[in-house]
Amino acid sequence: METLGHLAQGFAVALTPINLMWALIGVAVGTAIGVLPGLGPALTIALLLPITTKVDPTAAFILFAGIYYGAMYGGSTTSILLNTPGESATIVTALEGNRMAKRGRAGAALATAAIGSFVAGTIGTIGITFLAGPVVDFALKFGPADYFSLMVLCFVTVSAVLGNSAVRGLTALFIGMFLGMIGVDNQSGQIRFAFGITELYDGINVIIVAVGLFAIGETLWLAAQPKVRDEVLDIKDSIWMSREDWARSWKPWIRGSLIGFPIGAMPAGGAEIPTFFSYSLEKKLSPKPEEFGHGAIEGVAGPEAANNASAAGVLVPMLALGLPTSATAAIMLSAFQSYGINPGPQLLESNPQLVWGLIASLYVGNVMLLVLNLPLVGLWVKMLKIPAPLLYGGILIFATIGSYGISRSVIDLILLYLIGIMGFFMRKFDFPTAPVIIGMILGPMAETNFRQAMTISNGDWSTFLTRPLSASLLALTLILLLGPKLHMFFRNRNPKPDHVPGDA
Amino acid sequence: MTIRPALPELFVGLGVLALAALVGWATAAIPQSTYARISPAAFPWAITAGLAALGALLTIEGLRGGWEHDEGTVLDLPGILWLGTGLAANLLLIDGLSIGETVILPRMGFIIASTILFACTARAFGSRRFLRDLAFGLVLTIVAYIGFDRVLGYQIGSGIIERFL
Repeated sequence: METLGHLAQGFAVALTPINLMWALIGVAVGTAIGVLPGLGPALTIALLLPITTKVDPTAAFILFAGIYYGAMYGGSTTSILLNTPGESATIVTALEGNRMAKRGRAGAALATAAIGSFVAGTIGTIGITFLAGPVVDFALKFGPADYFSLMVLCFVTVSAVLGNSAVRGLTALFIGMFLGMIGVDNQSGQIRFAFGITELYDGINVIIVAVGLFAIGETLWLAAQPKVRDEVLDIKDSIWMSREDWARSWKPWIRGSLIGFPIGAMPAGGAEIPTFFSYSLEKKLSPKPEEFGHGAIEGVAGPEAANNASAAGVLVPMLALGLPTSATAAIMLSAFQSYGINPGPQLLESNPQLVWGLIASLYVGNVMLLVLNLPLVGLWVKMLKIPAPLLYGGILIFATIGSYGISRSVIDLILLYLIGIMGFFMRKFDFPTAPVIIGMILGPMAETNFRQAMTISNGDWSTFLTRPLSASLLALTLILLLGPKLHMFFRNRNPKPDHVPGDA
Repeated sequence: MTIRPALPELFVGLGVLALAALVGWATAAIPQSTYARISPAAFPWAITAGLAALGALLTIEGLRGGWEHDEGTVLDLPGILWLGTGLAANLLLIDGLSIGETVILPRMGFIIASTILFACTARAFGSRRFLRDLAFGLVLTIVAYIGFDRVLGYQIGSGIIERFL
């Protein structure tokens, strides 16, 4: 019951006119960037990070969370009408949703995706509401050694377990950790990896890395591709679903939510696994499995719900543990740092207004998103018709503002381009980019915990193995790292679809 | 069946090894701290070791035929060149360029530099109307400048057009 009291206070914060305005701006911007191919929530929030010097933390996080949720809704519109997944977890939606649209059922596909997103977003937010407290209570028992091991587990899951190749994922992670170490070490005061460049003493801003990888790298990559423009399909039918559509949709929504949320809330994160899992489950349970591959509504409803629920789940480790499991969460975490707020289990104690206000605004944002994405869907469809030359020209203007515009430093612009070129080659050679951002933010945090643990144990390394929690986390990491290798020994793995950068 | 080394992937592996060497070299330059129990160089050494091991694995994968299997893709070279031109122009014009006291390029500011970037990017993505794109870019950069610099408080700095706004 205590939780409900906190939530009521949260609504008191979220329902003030000014915070309602931030939520509305957030979900509208989020839907827009979700719809536009090439822009993702990670990039958008990175570009908006400098406003943290202007607005109070609660407002900023309501805005960022609105963008995060909104991008999930908008992404499905693009995958249904354009067959180009706006972000990687909507690949399955593109599969069935686009086929439905081709058969003249775009309205029904958009409706089941939007209502499913609403159901899942609400179930996911309820999950956050009731899970945050218990996770924090548990996490308060964590010592620095346990934290360090939890971060190691997170490193391995986000880079080695998800994605096509453990080696390439870990390489991206280590590059990120290297970037994160640049500058003054706040414990010893030593300068690391500055290569004699004074501009690097303060470290590289995560904005530069995110914009470099997701905007410059992605644009370079697309500029190098042969130019074919996908056709935007028209919505020919009503956006109100038939009785049969409802009957076939509601169970997949619920099942998708229940699959997506727990997987998202685990220290691994990632929306790909729950969406693919939900897709194959719905295919098995459907009364009309023959429709799968030709536009089955269950194949849109389930995965879309799973996608949104897992996006909500990712906020649990971020808010309760300070553990980012996606590029977007990592960038939101850096926003906490720029406010001087310590993310982690103390957050709920030290900033209850912020956390509960944020959670309450997620409920509000979901309602706004349902309205924005169903009756007003025509508005977003128009955005899809922006020609690629103007779209990418615009993206690069915002990339310039996000880097040069915060420091007026040409060094930052050079760094941005270098990281962009790296992003191009990472894309070319199928390296995931999200681990770079996660390594950059989480690497220095892991180092701090490691040092604290070693100080407490008087330099005894065995502390990581003698504390039961730490030992089990490290054991789990080892199983996850080596398990797939053993599994592959017996069976060849199926190739997974491409990773789209800039996603959640 | 003989497995031939894949050159591009081999270079990627060697590139990661080179990065490991660079990180190791920079780590060796970190002075020892007498205060801290764990040296500030400890994690950097771990990163060096990790990158070296991963670089070696990637190199081996490259020698064994690589992991890219889409041989037929053709890169759009003009596209890349136009985009590269735009990015370079943006970099050189936004702040100007001077060597010592000699001004080689005057400072143009964000609006002019990024307008050129916009038009070159549009060209890279197949647009054939350069003048129209310059006009679009000019409008967009002016709107963005007012929004971000004047309203949101970013510091984009002044320039030839900015000082009249």
